[in-house]
Amino acid sequence: MRATRSRRAAIALTGVLALFLSACSGGDTGESGPADLKMALWSSNKDHLALLKKVGDAYVAEHGDTVKSITFEPVTNPDYIAGLTTQIAGGDIPDLAWIPEASGPEFVDAGVLHDVRDTLKGTDGYKLDDILPAALAPWQDDKGGVYAYPFSNSPFALYVNEDLLKTAGQPDVAALVGTPDYTWQKISDIAAATHGKTKAVGLNIPTFNPTNWSAVTMLAGGWGATPWSEDGSTCEFASPEMTEYLTWYQKQISRGAIPAVSGNAEPAAFASGDVAFSIAQLSQSGSLDDSFKWSFLPLPAGPKGYHPIVGQAGVSVLERGTHKEQAADFLAYLTNPTNAELLAQFFPPPRKSLLNVETLAKAAPKLSPEAIQSAIIDVVPEAKVKSQHRVLSQFSDKVRAGLDSVWSGGDVKAAVTGICEQISPTLKG
Amino acid sequence: MTARTSAPDGRRVVPNPRPRPDRDRWLGVAFVAPQVLGVIVLGVVPFLFVIWYSLNEWRPLTGEMEFTGLGNYSRLFADPTFSASVVASLFFSAGVLVLNLVIAISLAVLLNRRMKGITAFRTIFFSPVVVSVVAWSVTWGFLLAPNGGINGALKVLGIDGPSWLADSSTALISLVVVQVFKGVGMNMVLFLAALQSVPEEIREAAQLDGATPWKSFWSITVPMIAPTILLTGILTTIGSLEVFAPVQLLTDGGPGNATNVLPFFLYRTAFVSQQFGYASAIGVVLFAIILALTMLQWTSRRKWVHDEV
Repeated sequence: MRATRSRRAAIALTGVLALFLSACSGGDTGESGPADLKMALWSSNKDHLALLKKVGDAYVAEHGDTVKSITFEPVTNPDYIAGLTTQIAGGDIPDLAWIPEASGPEFVDAGVLHDVRDTLKGTDGYKLDDILPAALAPWQDDKGGVYAYPFSNSPFALYVNEDLLKTAGQPDVAALVGTPDYTWQKISDIAAATHGKTKAVGLNIPTFNPTNWSAVTMLAGGWGATPWSEDGSTCEFASPEMTEYLTWYQKQISRGAIPAVSGNAEPAAFASGDVAFSIAQLSQSGSLDDSFKWSFLPLPAGPKGYHPIVGQAGVSVLERGTHKEQAADFLAYLTNPTNAELLAQFFPPPRKSLLNVETLAKAAPKLSPEAIQSAIIDVVPEAKVKSQHRVLSQFSDKVRAGLDSVWSGGDVKAAVTGICEQISPTLKG
Repeated sequence: MTARTSAPDGRRVVPNPRPRPDRDRWLGVAFVAPQVLGVIVLGVVPFLFVIWYSLNEWRPLTGEMEFTGLGNYSRLFADPTFSASVVASLFFSAGVLVLNLVIAISLAVLLNRRMKGITAFRTIFFSPVVVSVVAWSVTWGFLLAPNGGINGALKVLGIDGPSWLADSSTALISLVVVQVFKGVGMNMVLFLAALQSVPEEIREAAQLDGATPWKSFWSITVPMIAPTILLTGILTTIGSLEVFAPVQLLTDGGPGNATNVLPFFLYRTAFVSQQFGYASAIGVVLFAIILALTMLQWTSRRKWVHDEV
């Protein structure tokens, strides 16, 4: 009697578990007919969504036999890649996704992204060779495969609060551009003096907090430094160039030119009017008004010369998505020359044919044509993408932890040596 | 054998209805089944999955999973970041436990008296419990900033305060303070309830025997509220070992690994470093630590908790 009851209980428990596991399994529904495409986005800006929906609706109207709907889903996790990874791990795989440049090589290397080269090349009027080679390079592999369209290719520039500098009795920075005096050292001198006289923030790097350490190391190119070797196998944090750069950066914090790190808090916004200099992209101009006079200038030079930097985002087709071919076809439509011009009203385009003042002025109407020309158009062709690595996520936290002592005035040499000891095994694989 | 129909004194007794053990048993099962099912489906099964994942190398982006046995565990115990996380977690937990209980008992004793406006005081001390942890942490972020409220107050006294959250010697202590003031109100209420159940006559008798208030507190009040101390101690330990939101919002685990407590280390390993198997191993170890500390507290109760054997 007891054995029978135990058996019944075991059968019931097995049934419940089987039901639970089958409910969790998800996977391909095996549907046929026109696809419902889904694209994951980092932005939840209503204007961005409206534009994408407009393009998506037009595509569905033309290709109703293969695609019956396209849904654009903002991933609302504060850490977008963490949210997207969780979504993918849970089996809810979008067909297309917005991929920030830092994760590009990792996604390409892991085989997460679908090669869309043939689809793009084979699309009438697409003009793949119109895309700047430097912009496309991070999304290609050794075999020439193309894994994303870099729809946003935005160089970093220097915002200057001219009113604040005038109040502090500092020189006209715009007049320094193009002269040998237009250097990081000069800018930080002015920043420190402005901070000393007005108590305002000197030189601000808006995206920098301890976790986002790459926002600081991206400037190291002006000192001839990179965080790791070009092939990614060797740690270069302990190089003399990087040590010199970080020592300089640390000194700027200690003398007030750059604000001190405060836990996880973001620095003050340039739009507040209480910041002398801010390193940011052109989209930042949208938050500025006429409450103070400001200018938008190319980045200054370091001791080893001028080193323009571009931040990117690509749109990709996911290899594990269920409608790869339809998604690749929609990607070709979304990023063809006509629609790329529409996207350019929000994101600086990677297409040579669209790199002109007229197109970019739509994205940043508050910038003067001269500023767009000197800080964007002249810069983009030679700008380098921020340092990337194919296993960046695996060691990024170790670098974050190691650099913390630099921000708080610790021994730079010991910090960078410790970082290289920690991450070298991962870099070597 | 028949049911008794009359009492020994001759009064008529109505027989009890016939007991129906099967029906009662199934009724009981029906009542507890939803909860048991919930615990199995939402607690036990996921935990079994976590144990399984911890024995694998799982690449979430590609969906590949490779069995590695205890590889994640041997890697974990050789990882200096893990050691730093365990130290940070235990320090944080011990700090929160001691400060929370001491402050909660002190507040409860102070507020366990009849005086005008006592309800307002109790509400003030309890109010942080109902404030969102995000709003609470963000507000403390402003207070602890280099130019924030606390350093502003110190400046008035002529003291230059540190960068509380960016200095490795003060960051974890700052988090302890943030967490203690967030949760102390709940324990205070539990202690208030316990204090109100201590018979006044015993305290009065002690007073008549010449016991000082301090002696009376240690010898009468503390033993009588010991069951509540045990309960709050266990709950506070578990809660502090699972802390996450203030760490993410205030320090992101830094500076260095000073505030990289185990739940935060687990989160970063899984969702930022994308090492789900390794993160699962951290989860299993965290569970083991919580279980061990809870068992330690529970088994120690016989030595100090009133009426426990």
